[in-house]
Amino acid sequence: MLSLISALRRKGVLCINKRNRDYILRYNPRRFYPLVDDKLRTKQLAQENNIAVPDLYGVIEVEGQVRTLKKILRDRPGFVVKPAHGSGGEGILVIDDCVNGKFRQPDGSIIDEDELQHHVFSILSGLYSLGGQPDKAFIEYRVVFDPTFEHISYLGVPDIRIVVFLGVPVMSMVRLPTRISEGKANLHKGAVGVGVDIATGRTLAGVLGNSTITEHPDTAQPVTGVAVPGWDDLLQLACRCHAITSLGYLGVDIVLDRTKGPLILELNARPGLNIQIANNDGLLPRLELVEHEHAKLQTVVERVAFARENFAVESRARKTAAAIRRKPQLSL
Amino acid sequence: MSKLHLYVLAGTLAVVGLGIFFYKTLFLGFPLSPKTTANVWNVEVRVKFIAKGKPVKLSVLIPSSTRSFAIADEQFVSAGYGLVATREEGNRVATWSIRTASGPQSVYYQAVIRAVKTKDPAATQKPPVVTPPVLDEPTLEATKALLAEIKAKSADTHSLVGTLIKKVNDPAPDDNVKVLLGPKPTISKKVETVVSVLQYGGIPARQANGIRLQEGKYDFSKKVPLLQWIEVFDRNKWQSFTPITGESPVPEDWFRWWTGSKKLVNLDGATSMSVVFSVTPKVEEAIVAAVRSAEISKPFLVKFSLFGLPLNTQAVYRVMLLVPVGAFILVLLRNLVGIKTFGTFMPVLIALSFRETGLLRGIFLFVVLVALGLSVRFYLERLKLLVVPRLAAVLIVVVGLMAIMSIVTHNLGGHTGLSVALFPMVIMTMTIERMSILWEERGATEALISGLGSIVTAAMAFLVINIKLVEHLAFVFPELLLVLLAGTLLVGGYAGFRLTDLYRFRELAKG
Repeated sequence: MLSLISALRRKGVLCINKRNRDYILRYNPRRFYPLVDDKLRTKQLAQENNIAVPDLYGVIEVEGQVRTLKKILRDRPGFVVKPAHGSGGEGILVIDDCVNGKFRQPDGSIIDEDELQHHVFSILSGLYSLGGQPDKAFIEYRVVFDPTFEHISYLGVPDIRIVVFLGVPVMSMVRLPTRISEGKANLHKGAVGVGVDIATGRTLAGVLGNSTITEHPDTAQPVTGVAVPGWDDLLQLACRCHAITSLGYLGVDIVLDRTKGPLILELNARPGLNIQIANNDGLLPRLELVEHEHAKLQTVVERVAFARENFAVESRARKTAAAIRRKPQLSL
Repeated sequence: MSKLHLYVLAGTLAVVGLGIFFYKTLFLGFPLSPKTTANVWNVEVRVKFIAKGKPVKLSVLIPSSTRSFAIADEQFVSAGYGLVATREEGNRVATWSIRTASGPQSVYYQAVIRAVKTKDPAATQKPPVVTPPVLDEPTLEATKALLAEIKAKSADTHSLVGTLIKKVNDPAPDDNVKVLLGPKPTISKKVETVVSVLQYGGIPARQANGIRLQEGKYDFSKKVPLLQWIEVFDRNKWQSFTPITGESPVPEDWFRWWTGSKKLVNLDGATSMSVVFSVTPKVEEAIVAAVRSAEISKPFLVKFSLFGLPLNTQAVYRVMLLVPVGAFILVLLRNLVGIKTFGTFMPVLIALSFRETGLLRGIFLFVVLVALGLSVRFYLERLKLLVVPRLAAVLIVVVGLMAIMSIVTHNLGGHTGLSVALFPMVIMTMTIERMSILWEERGATEALISGLGSIVTAAMAFLVINIKLVEHLAFVFPELLLVLLAGTLLVGGYAGFRLTDLYRFRELAKG
């Protein structure tokens, strides 16, 4: 067990206790949480700052407004209904197109208007929100996803998670939906996580559950070596989210739209740690290097350049140097 | 810097907590374990005599509190006698008198004597004035000679007394000692002789009489023997010496009843007197004894402690003070081991109810209740109810299930099944709710893992708080809460791996 601990230490694996104590508690002031916990506020904030997000079609805040649903949905072929305070991808309803007043979901099942309204009521009653608080529902543009990941995802929308620390992107992965995850891009539901090299934007090996994989379990296509288009833009987009939220330790979820390019889906103030498994690398050396150097990096372009230079898969030497600079850890 | 702050804070809390703890154990005699001791004795002196229709006057010497024993309660029992308590030559005397009495009479003196620890009094006593005894010719000569001999051999009063006692107890006594003691001397004759020689030499000395108050068993068929020993005023206070070995001071369980060579009982106007001494040790919880004796020596400290509360409130705190212990176990399991539980403190409350149900039966009842509640909750899920009514519905069902389980187990003959009612029902409801949400969102595996984690945590917490010693320490030494707080703060500052992290990230350790 001790050798396991020292191996994980050498790799610089960030664990829950340390993430909570030394990063989230220190760099994410509680008062900024509502900015990311309420997806509507995030969206508005992003729009005010010219950060691309899926277009907002309409908001339903109280039961009475459900009548306006029809007006909101007029002439929209596809759309997504989401709870503003949803968590873990719960309560999201995706509609591909409307046929004769009925709505078709990506898996081909059809629901009618009553069922759609019932779903909105459920969202409003807080069925999907943390702690069961009454919630708001919003309807937004349905992303037509970029063909890049088409061959390695099943149904749902693959998204790209970038962990941004003090405005510097430190680690990233693509989350690919599978049959087990029912089209959801959440790792704990069975989606595949594939690390993305910060320097090149190419995918590394993937992880399903707790084990490493190289092929998508449903499509059997290799998940490794896929180049994410417009990688530099993606990193810059993620960096800018730091400035608008004031959260030091932030998870940015980006989706690639076929025509609109990268769009911010949501932000997360407590991004998970599985990204380390997907990258087969620890976050700590990168976080410590950023803690040390971030004051010198003024612009988004500088930060992205710094990240691409330092967090490449090959540049292990730098990380070792950073790890040595690290103060000895006091263990209790 | 915040780390240092944390260590200083935790260290201070721990030092304060442990400091009070050690003070209470070492100086107030609070017991470390929930054992029982005999620190209290019921002592009775019963005087029987036969009166002959004349005035009767009975004086009995009665004890005063000493440094190691306190008289907690005393009673004077007699039928129709007048009672006066006075002081004579440093002793308390109870005098019963009656104008006429006839036939067999009994008079009792009863006292409750408690072992206490009090500080030695400040040595400011003035030396008593010695009146040299008036001795007849051969005794005077022998005393002079003996005194001269031992004075030559000893350095100070203490060693002088020791030498004298040794001389008196010599199996082959010299002539001087023989003259003083006479043939076949008793212990009380020896004590008397030592005192008289010392007094003649100008050293304040007195005879002390008393009994032994032992923790062990008494043979009640035998009379309690009276002890005599010697007390000498030296270095500003009375020092005691055993009459045979000259040991100083006398053993702690020797209780001085009176001083001087007077008799214990004096009776006028009656005959056929018999005096019976009896001692009954009382067994009580050591803690009660400690509190009682602290009440005598440190009343303030007891008044402002949990023992100053009414008994039923104390009972509440006996349980309440276990909650922090359970919470600490929970902290360890969650943040060092990484066990997942439902609700932060739910396992602690479940552990408390296990105290009533027993561990295995408790787990069984808990699992059955949650399983039933969960199936109802899944059924309600289909109805797509609003949140608060749904929670209330589950709560109603849980209470109903608890009632039914109690009735069923009662009729099956297991009365302990009734204790299902002790499960905190609101907590159960929230557990069921959280479990069903987790089940929906993350699948059955995650939900069952968290459920199992909750039970394991509750069981561990129960196993710890169920130790009698833990309950005892928590209640008797609530200052240990500070130590527990310090430990909790330290865990709160721990940023290392949890045990489950090692499993979770084991793939990363390979490359």
